Amino acid sequence: MIQYPRILPVGDTAFTVEFGATIEERLVAQVQGFDADLKAHPILGVRETVPSYCALLVVYDPQCCPAATMRLALKQALAQMTGSASAEGRLVEIPVRYGGVEGPDLQDVADYHHLSPEEVIALHTASTYRVAMLGFAPGFAYLLGLDPRLATPRLSTPRTQVAPGSVGIAGNQTGVYALSTPGGWRIIGRTPLVLFDPVRPEPFLLQAGDSVRFRVA
Amino acid sequence: MIEILDPGFLTTVQDAGRYGWLRFGVPPSGPLDAVAFQAANALVGNAPGAAGLEITWTGPALRITRDALIAVCGADFELRAGRRAVPTWYSVVLRAGEVLRFGARSNGARAYLAVDGGIALAPYLGSQATYLPGRFGGMEGRALRAGDSLPLNPGQFDPFAAAGTCWSPSRRPSYRPNPTLKVILGPQREAFSEEGVATFLSNPYTLSATSDRMGARLQGYAIVHTSTGSSISDGVIAGCIQVPPDGQPIVMLADHQSTGGYPKIAVVLQADLPLLAQLLPGDQVRFQAVDLVPGDGC
Repeated sequence: MIQYPRILPVGDTAFTVEFGATIEERLVAQVQGFDADLKAHPILGVRETVPSYCALLVVYDPQCCPAATMRLALKQALAQMTGSASAEGRLVEIPVRYGGVEGPDLQDVADYHHLSPEEVIALHTASTYRVAMLGFAPGFAYLLGLDPRLATPRLSTPRTQVAPGSVGIAGNQTGVYALSTPGGWRIIGRTPLVLFDPVRPEPFLLQAGDSVRFRVA
Repeated sequence: MIEILDPGFLTTVQDAGRYGWLRFGVPPSGPLDAVAFQAANALVGNAPGAAGLEITWTGPALRITRDALIAVCGADFELRAGRRAVPTWYSVVLRAGEVLRFGARSNGARAYLAVDGGIALAPYLGSQATYLPGRFGGMEGRALRAGDSLPLNPGQFDPFAAAGTCWSPSRRPSYRPNPTLKVILGPQREAFSEEGVATFLSNPYTLSATSDRMGARLQGYAIVHTSTGSSISDGVIAGCIQVPPDGQPIVMLADHQSTGGYPKIAVVLQADLPLLAQLLPGDQVRFQAVDLVPGDGC
């Protein structure tokens, strides 16, 4: 049996702090809580952190803080962990134009579940989602909280280009594309919001820990 | 201004990298061989992260519109400034309008050109590093083309007075076509059988021609997983060795995705990444496991 949380080296410039090995809200909250702790009480030498579903990657400068010292500091921070993050992140509302050319897979998702497109939209706008992590491409937000009745497999052949702002479903996840990239998610709509604008003071609309609700634009 | 007459195979603007954005899905980019990059900057009196050029496989021809102190470090290229032969790992003066031409390459794949003052393009998320997949940073997010003009910061001193410094061979990485890279096993070592780890550590792996700045794709004996070959996505840094279900390892490089779902069998030490950056398709690497803290067993 693996004891969690545990600290493992990622080469000589990072550690990963693992809280478990499953995708569940409880672990995401622990990762984000620990991330918030490190932001509130910074460890000298930490360059950046990357929260994901059940681990926090801590990138550090070994010339500033040797590995053994960093591991000890992380161990102490874990011992003093105040608990998991509550819904401290912001609530971001995302207007979506569902279906049509902006949501070419809405009908397929409906057909797959023997629902009408309107029922898919109703289920998709009913949940409050949590941003578990960003990744895959700049600004791409992985959201937790998709109604299991909407879980749909990926496209068998990914699209070579998905428009920025596209809202998709893949398996039991939903997400929003920030940039135009290739992608295999089922696209059910598009938001006119700009998720990534490099010249904004906060370039990214979403970050790990935020809550998200979709509404019909 | 640097004026590009011929871009070479793949020449991009790079600085120290775009740090602090990994949590938003933005990789650092920056030079694949940070040692050569920093040496070139040091030779011309720049800060270690000043923006210069990364030159891949075949070099460019270019000229600079002012007298400039330049240095080229990394792979060996036959260099000509006007009619003069110019050594690599050396600071030299390039006269205003004189053409710097890269010729035959040996011993390595990439070189770095630094110019005193450094390139002065508008930063994107705080950095001039080019990220080709995201089409941002550097010169319009793309590789350089003939006709491009790159603005330079003014030089800080008289280039003639500072020329003639050599970067001692003892301080250069020992590039070779068959290096052994030191790695720290994990963090997903448990995703592989003992036999899988032994395969990885005891066989050579050949650099594939499909490698790019995102990852060095390697081919060799398949590394056997204990499970399906995918894990829950978590954060990735340069040097992480992901093993997809086909068992062929990929070493993530500066343009890596920020998170990955293939298990990471090991991570290359940062100091050994320049040796990997200088390999050509067909070259072979071996991996040697070391402890993070010697004697600590971890």
